[in-house]
Amino acid sequence: MLLRTKLHGKTYEFPDIRLLMGKANEEKSGDHLAGVGAETAAERVAARLVLAEVPLSVLRETPAVPYDQDEVTRVIQDAVDESIYAEIKNMTVGDFREWILADTTTPDMIRRISNGLTAEMVAGVTKLMSNMDLMYAAKKIPVTAHCNNTIGAPGTLSSRLQPNHPTDAPEGIRAEIYEGLSYGSGDSVIGINPVDDSYGSVSRLLDMTYDVIKTWNIPTQNCVLAHVTTQMKCMQSGSPVGLVFQSISGSQKGNESFGISVGMLDEAYELAKKHCFPKGPNFMYFETGQGSALSAEAHNGWDQLTLEARNYGLAKRYHPFQVNTVVGFIGPEYLYDARQIQRAGLEDHFMGKLTGIPMGVDACYTNHARADQNAIENLAVMLTAAGCNYFMGVPMGDDSMLSYQCTSYHDAPTLRQLFKLRPAAEFEKWMEDLGLIRNGVLTEKAGDPSFFLKR
Amino acid sequence: MDDAKLNAIVEAIVRELKASGAVQPSAPTAGSATWTPPAPQPFSAKPTGFGGSLTIDLPDPTTPEARMTPRVTNAKDPNGVRALMASTSARIGVGRAGPRYRTVSLLLFQGDHAVTQDALYRDVDQRLLDEFNLFTVQTKVSNKQEYLLRPDLGRLLNDEAKRTLNEKCQKNVNVQVVVGDGLSAAAVEANLRQMFPVVRQGVQSAGLTFGTPFFVKYARVGVMNDIGEAIKPDVVILLIGERPGLGRAESMSAYMGYKPKYGDTDADRDVVCNIFENGGTNPLEAGAFVVQIAQKMRQHQASGVKLKMAK
Repeated sequence: MLLRTKLHGKTYEFPDIRLLMGKANEEKSGDHLAGVGAETAAERVAARLVLAEVPLSVLRETPAVPYDQDEVTRVIQDAVDESIYAEIKNMTVGDFREWILADTTTPDMIRRISNGLTAEMVAGVTKLMSNMDLMYAAKKIPVTAHCNNTIGAPGTLSSRLQPNHPTDAPEGIRAEIYEGLSYGSGDSVIGINPVDDSYGSVSRLLDMTYDVIKTWNIPTQNCVLAHVTTQMKCMQSGSPVGLVFQSISGSQKGNESFGISVGMLDEAYELAKKHCFPKGPNFMYFETGQGSALSAEAHNGWDQLTLEARNYGLAKRYHPFQVNTVVGFIGPEYLYDARQIQRAGLEDHFMGKLTGIPMGVDACYTNHARADQNAIENLAVMLTAAGCNYFMGVPMGDDSMLSYQCTSYHDAPTLRQLFKLRPAAEFEKWMEDLGLIRNGVLTEKAGDPSFFLKR
Repeated sequence: MDDAKLNAIVEAIVRELKASGAVQPSAPTAGSATWTPPAPQPFSAKPTGFGGSLTIDLPDPTTPEARMTPRVTNAKDPNGVRALMASTSARIGVGRAGPRYRTVSLLLFQGDHAVTQDALYRDVDQRLLDEFNLFTVQTKVSNKQEYLLRPDLGRLLNDEAKRTLNEKCQKNVNVQVVVGDGLSAAAVEANLRQMFPVVRQGVQSAGLTFGTPFFVKYARVGVMNDIGEAIKPDVVILLIGERPGLGRAESMSAYMGYKPKYGDTDADRDVVCNIFENGGTNPLEAGAFVVQIAQKMRQHQASGVKLKMAK
């Protein structure tokens, strides 16, 4: 294999696909940490020039971890629709980019091709996209899903109500839920990250959130984002579970560091279909994020973007209701500053949509990253333009349990009003019936948590 | 450990320290005295000629009382809003201006973020280190940016540091205390004056040898391994600034390991985290607690997961 180009009179040669893929990325601190980042700006572009000429078949044949060593690779490769793959395998990555962007390529055509792709192909074309390419292309691929309501429909933007509390106190979490509902957050899910992963605490929070949903007849679902094994126990013990959650990684070794396997997720999915109280048919919720495999030294020498694409290939197996990257949570050694976090957020959203999953984004940052709330508001605006399914709703964007900052209860109505979008249809009707929203705009009753103190 | 026993240890140590003048009692903090929010004022644009008479003299918006001020206008149940706010430290009951935040809430958030940023990007006050005769060594990191980007280098002492420790530190001691900046200089500054004397006194009262203490600049927790190899102590206690939360930069951790060596991971360590006054683990108590953990580590010749199995 010869991978070489000239650029401004200088010759650049790349030893293999792995390094070519790493060096073609926009600059990321995590790629330097992994030793696969480009050493100069020119080398980065040279890598892209070469990558643009690589046929998709070569990326299929070069998975980040070999087929016989990794069950994530096997899940993705075995799911490929071979007849669709045969139509595109000779296309170069550069041509694939143009095909996605072309006016003659419809959303249905892209969704069909999705079934012939592997994660490495999805990652490859992403590396050749500019930020606006990523927004434009993702916007072309709406992906909807249904649980108690519909997420991802064009013209809508949803918000996960994330009422975390430093000690899991049910009354504190309920207060945060009331505040969030009064702003129109919660149409994706009422989803709590628990401090205490025990069955007793998790089942208590499931009962409490279910009670709020039933009392106010809210067309949504609940979720307590404990380890999947705890949620499985809750389902088997009769707790009211809306969505089943798990964080996933792009390699078998990465998943082992989370204490999960494909077999375990298969089992959770079967239980979800049997026990979850909403209508469905989509019951699963996954979170991902660039750098997670690298931080567990489970990246097999590959770049974090490619590992992230593999998350989406794995998630697709379970027909999820929602998937989001927690972009920026991992810290500056993987995504250094606002620019890198914004880029990764746009990449992840596009890759999810191209893979064919209903993708949202937790647009966020930690306090040791070079970012601030303005940067995250910018990213949310860009992602809304790109057709992102949902964001997080956290009280003023300040998570009192996870010690990071993301989007807020206020951001959902603001983004909706900026872009003439609505909450999920069933949820909007519920808000209208209560008098919290009119013509897509919050009413004078909205923004008051005490509204929900008395039915 | 049961609380009564811990309290007895703390009290004994604090008594000794006060007698020797090593610590000052901390000032009493404002309790939860009743506080009545001001009545909302209607906006009136009085045509006053401000001229030279403008005086703006604001109270601190970051006091617990100010933070708990409800900002919802025309709430259905104003007392209910107050009760809901009291149930969580999350920023609820904040009201809105259109769909956006009210001005005071927005600026309070920015103020909290700002203090956090300032804590991250500055160094620990040299005068504090001098107070406890802590000399400084450095990891392989050479600046703040590299510190954030290369956690691996923050886990390794540089060559000069190894030479310095070899020259200045007593070897094969029972307990070696090390102070590291970590991700918050403010955390070290807020807690060291309280906690360090308690640990030193506690170790000596227990009849153990107290190694020559020092400060590590650009330190990550893993630097304990290099320190263990250089000094060969039974127990290393690393007091290090935690990653700041929003508006909370003063939280410190004490990481501990029994005979730390190359290749040790978090599974080989114990930690007392969230050390800060008023709401966290009190630094005086934390000091007594880590001394007791150190004794357990020596008794069982283990730390981390192995110590849990041994108990």
